Amino acid sequence: MENYYQPDMERAPYEEMRALQDARLKENVRHAYNIPFYKDLLDRNGVKPEDIQSVDDLYKLPFITKDDLRDAYPYGLLGVQLSDAVRVQATSGTTGRRVVAFYTQADIDLWDECCARAIVAAGGTKDDIVHVCYGYGLFTGGPGLNGGSHRVGCLTLPMSSGNTERQIQFMTDLKSTILCCTPSYAAYLAESIHEAGLIDQISLKAGIFGAEAWSEEMRRDIESKLRIKAYDIYGLTEISGPGVSFECSEQTGMHINEDHFLAEIIDPQTGKQLPYGEKGELVFTCITKKAFPLLRYRTRDICVLTRDKCSCGRTLVKMSRLMGRTDDMLIIRGVNVFPSQIETVIISCGFEANYQIIVDRVNYTDSLDVHVEMTPDMFTDEVRGIEKKENEIVEKLRSMLGLTAKVTLVAPKSITRSEGKAVRIIDKRKI
Amino acid sequence: MIIKQLSIFVENKMGKLVDVVEALGKAGIDIRAQSIADTSDFGILRVIVTKPDEVASLLREQGYIVRLTDVLAVSMPDTPGSLAKVLRALSDENVDVEYTYAFVSHNKDKAYVVIRVENNEHALEVLANHGLLFADEEDIYK
Repeated sequence: MENYYQPDMERAPYEEMRALQDARLKENVRHAYNIPFYKDLLDRNGVKPEDIQSVDDLYKLPFITKDDLRDAYPYGLLGVQLSDAVRVQATSGTTGRRVVAFYTQADIDLWDECCARAIVAAGGTKDDIVHVCYGYGLFTGGPGLNGGSHRVGCLTLPMSSGNTERQIQFMTDLKSTILCCTPSYAAYLAESIHEAGLIDQISLKAGIFGAEAWSEEMRRDIESKLRIKAYDIYGLTEISGPGVSFECSEQTGMHINEDHFLAEIIDPQTGKQLPYGEKGELVFTCITKKAFPLLRYRTRDICVLTRDKCSCGRTLVKMSRLMGRTDDMLIIRGVNVFPSQIETVIISCGFEANYQIIVDRVNYTDSLDVHVEMTPDMFTDEVRGIEKKENEIVEKLRSMLGLTAKVTLVAPKSITRSEGKAVRIIDKRKI
Repeated sequence: MIIKQLSIFVENKMGKLVDVVEALGKAGIDIRAQSIADTSDFGILRVIVTKPDEVASLLREQGYIVRLTDVLAVSMPDTPGSLAKVLRALSDENVDVEYTYAFVSHNKDKAYVVIRVENNEHALEVLANHGLLFADEEDIYK
């Protein structure tokens, strides 16, 4: 038995949805054109707002990328008067790559609704107790699911991340029924609950897990350990946050809330739109958000879109599990990491750019190992001196990324080079 | 006396130490003294050899990271308590000893120890003042 939060939208016939999208797209392109950034971008590309009459015209709009957002930092893409904006969220991406997104109250409301749809699709009702251990703060995970849970009318536990013992205590004492966190933290919680022998005191029935890629195998493992059904959720701060798309009971991909976010798949090389079923880069256009209205934003995420009939009854277009990235960004424990950031730290500590980043997943938790080649200048006769330099890299990475890396100094020329270039990234995770 | 020690960066991995030592052996270099300081991921191999500058260049040519450091080589009677006397004298005069290790000795009555301190000249002075200075180059590089 499938539940819907906004059945009119979630089950809208295709033609109705298209008509709504056409109208909203036209309106939001006109709205965006008031922002000097977009006026300049469209003018430069010879596109007038009137050229966009329907979703079919979407291809005429130029793309925008993360670099554009970075260049527009902080207020360059603000689409409303400052007095009408009520909230800021920011990406976990750090120095040089931080993106700050703005929201009006209406933008927050629609974001909350999107998350409410995800919670209801996972079986949530106002009788549920939703345990949110995504981080709260600038990260969108906590605030998004928190808002959605309120909308549904669930008792909401704003646990935020960390302090596993307290998480489990609240879970057993308050009888949480729906868990929201990253899949790796869910797996870790499951292990901890079993170790503490408390599995029979857990009342969870469902989990909504996102912010990092995970495998079907990992899903089944979490489901059997926590005795729940586990649902995927996708989103990005630039577009709103979690709830851009969400999974239904069929568990074969995520329905995109396309009454708010238009999705396209493009060939990352040519920029041409690809048909349903073909793998390519996911591009989003916000058609309702006002404070930060992104048009044709290239996510760099690779996946497939499908519009097949879903057993859940939703007509919303579906995106597959993420299949990779078009850039070298790594998502480690939910944090966006660019190798260039790690390189900056290594160089600022006095070493050369001969390094290797090794990412693995041990017991469902991502590990980050950084190997750095020793240089004659950095070598001293004392272990303490060298360890101090190693720790300096660890500390700088921690403060930049919020992640603890294992740094190992290795012999010069020991990092594999292919065609003279060091192989920088080894991602051993099987997703 | 003050002598030059070679410090070589070695990864703490199977086969890495033997690689360096083999390189020295192939070049016909006699290791007079050696010690290793290690952590879980790397080690510092310290060796005393004749012609340290030449050996350092040789190793660098082979891609090793090598540093030459001045250390003290102290000889003492090979009797119980000799090393203790030396270290006590340094300690009493507030000379901080970073590390020490022993030498191969060809003289059955004498023992040789490498001592790493911040200020070699000062440490030598301290030892001289305590009547504890005996070493000569001939013994060490024999």
